[in-house]
Amino acid sequence: MAVKEAPSTVEELLAAKEIVVVCGPGGVGKTTVAAAAAAMAACHQGGKVLVVTVDPARRLGQALGLGQSAGGVERVPAKAFASAGIVPRGELWAEVLDTKKSWDALVARHAPDEATAQRILDNPIYQNISGRFVQSHDYIAVERLYELHSEGSYDLIVVDTPPTRNAIDFLLAPQRMAEFFSSRLLRLLTVPYRMRFADIASKPFYYVADRILGSQFLQDIAEFFILFQTLSDGFVARAKEVERLLADRRTTFIVVSTLETVPVREAEAFMGLLPEKGLHLGGLVLNRVLPAYLLEPGLAERAGRLSAGAGELANALCATKGPLPGADPALVERVLTEVGTNFNNIGVVAKREASQRSELSRLPSVVASVPELEEDVHDLGGVLELGRHIWSWDKS
Amino acid sequence: MAELLDHKLLFVTGKGGVGKTTITAGLGLLAASKGKRTLVCELDAKGDLASSFETAPTTFEEREVAPRLWAMSMDTEASLRQYLLLQLRLPRAFRIGPLARMFDFVAQAAPGAREIVTIGKLCWEVRERHYDVVIVDAVASGHMIGQLAAPQAINRLVQVGPVRQQTGWMLEILSNRATTGVLVVATPEEMPVTETIEFVGRLKTETTVGLAGIVVNRVLPELFGTREEQAFEAVCAPASRELLAEEIGGRAEPLLEAARLMVKMRRSRAAHLERLREAIGAGTARDRVDLLYVPYLFLRSYGLRSTRQVAAALAAELEN
Repeated sequence: MAVKEAPSTVEELLAAKEIVVVCGPGGVGKTTVAAAAAAMAACHQGGKVLVVTVDPARRLGQALGLGQSAGGVERVPAKAFASAGIVPRGELWAEVLDTKKSWDALVARHAPDEATAQRILDNPIYQNISGRFVQSHDYIAVERLYELHSEGSYDLIVVDTPPTRNAIDFLLAPQRMAEFFSSRLLRLLTVPYRMRFADIASKPFYYVADRILGSQFLQDIAEFFILFQTLSDGFVARAKEVERLLADRRTTFIVVSTLETVPVREAEAFMGLLPEKGLHLGGLVLNRVLPAYLLEPGLAERAGRLSAGAGELANALCATKGPLPGADPALVERVLTEVGTNFNNIGVVAKREASQRSELSRLPSVVASVPELEEDVHDLGGVLELGRHIWSWDKS
Repeated sequence: MAELLDHKLLFVTGKGGVGKTTITAGLGLLAASKGKRTLVCELDAKGDLASSFETAPTTFEEREVAPRLWAMSMDTEASLRQYLLLQLRLPRAFRIGPLARMFDFVAQAAPGAREIVTIGKLCWEVRERHYDVVIVDAVASGHMIGQLAAPQAINRLVQVGPVRQQTGWMLEILSNRATTGVLVVATPEEMPVTETIEFVGRLKTETTVGLAGIVVNRVLPELFGTREEQAFEAVCAPASRELLAEEIGGRAEPLLEAARLMVKMRRSRAAHLERLREAIGAGTARDRVDLLYVPYLFLRSYGLRSTRQVAAALAAELEN
């Protein structure tokens, strides 16, 4: 038996990995694809499978039959599988991330003592970063992934990456966090408050900083930095471990995109960056793709004849001995014209999608297409239907 | 809705992937064609705005891309430099390097530092009346509230000093509903509609900025009325299909399937559109916001051609 070199389907990819990071541009359906991959693995490969998601609209949580509150791992109830008519081989678990809670837990873990932890939690600047600023999702998602993986409780963890301005931000998060703490500027900024030399305010750097920001604000920032620096060693060490985990051979990345121009461009840039960062590009899932039958050769000509000859065709159809005797020829003519015009419209999009796809130069060995589904995903059955499309790719 | 372009500052936002940039570009083209000196500004520097006009990449220095239409992209460092030179009257020779690095660093921790420099530049363009209207291809709706609320957040944290004075006039411009508004773009799909409804609610409760309108983008055409749909089903029956196949020289199924696909896609989207209409129209008459519909464009690519079509669609909607 020949040894297979690389997985060629999502099914094979998932069977060989412990961590799957689902990433890509915004608005392409990452959250659902992540849930679908995890649900399929739990159903068909068995073991304990966990999906971690940010899911701001709580829609996925609802679809999986989870409780309303975010935070903490929850098992997808048996009745969700039962209503989908499936007996899973394994268990499906899910966690909807709560950024604020995760940050607080992180601070508590790395703070030297409880009093310092409390002072950080009370600092207005800390409250603003952890609660409001979306950039903080980036780091917290990978950090939580690390924690869950090191618990050793799951066979497979699928992470849905948070919406970032740019998919790349997510990859850079651990590095940025480490840089943040080891920065010279951090030390520089906190100098006046660590050393109480009277003349320090006369130095140009602090003079300008003070003029722009106001001394109270500068002091708030400095206090925050000084306190936060007590977390430094723990944070830097952790960020490095998180980075290592992402580059581990047990980890793979699945990029999700539609075939629209802008997402394709972003997905392609992202796929190029993964190997540069030493990360494993496992597969590409193309979501909401138009069906392949639209590309059948000769269809545009047939559509043209249908539109051009709509009047005569309608008469033939509605003739007494035709297939639709008694039907209104004018009505049928309108229908045939619409059918022809519609094909010309949708055919242009199908061709554009096909060319976008062939222009994707860095195609990984695993590529799956998910058609535009007729219904929105609103239960586990819907998640699994999408899952079947990504699971085994028909290579013909 | 004619007053949409009477705003001086418009933020175009929406869930990722709904076509914010195309709508921004189309609206910019429309405003300029109506004789307004217009500035369009891209915030995330992905370069999509430049491709909407088929021009070279936009920079912080605005450039005229069509008659009366200027385009620029935001650069927080360049904006900070401009701000320091203008507002703090720092000597022109002042070395901004170390300060910019400090800013970059503070911006990672200080709430809204980056946002305020961005908003500040835009408000400044409005205050100085360089343009009749400034249209911003803003961040996705998930990030937009934080950006718009930045001056208030800074106001809470910074009690005195020049920064405090700065946020004051920005808030005045942002809170004036005749001057500033947010235009939300949505596609008639589940998540974009849900996010739009949530965003409109948060805009009202968490910021002082008004909602200028909602654009429903990529609306699919309606192929059939009820009678046509019945006739379509009859045409799909085997006997009719065979006759058609003979006449057009090949199977008609793919053509009929494509029509059925479009009908189904349109129908599932119609439900979301209805949900949006109900949620948005539910307020009092004073709060009610009109929806502007832009059709799905069946085009080979996205560029100036699609931008022009979007501008035409918006023009038709605004004249209604």
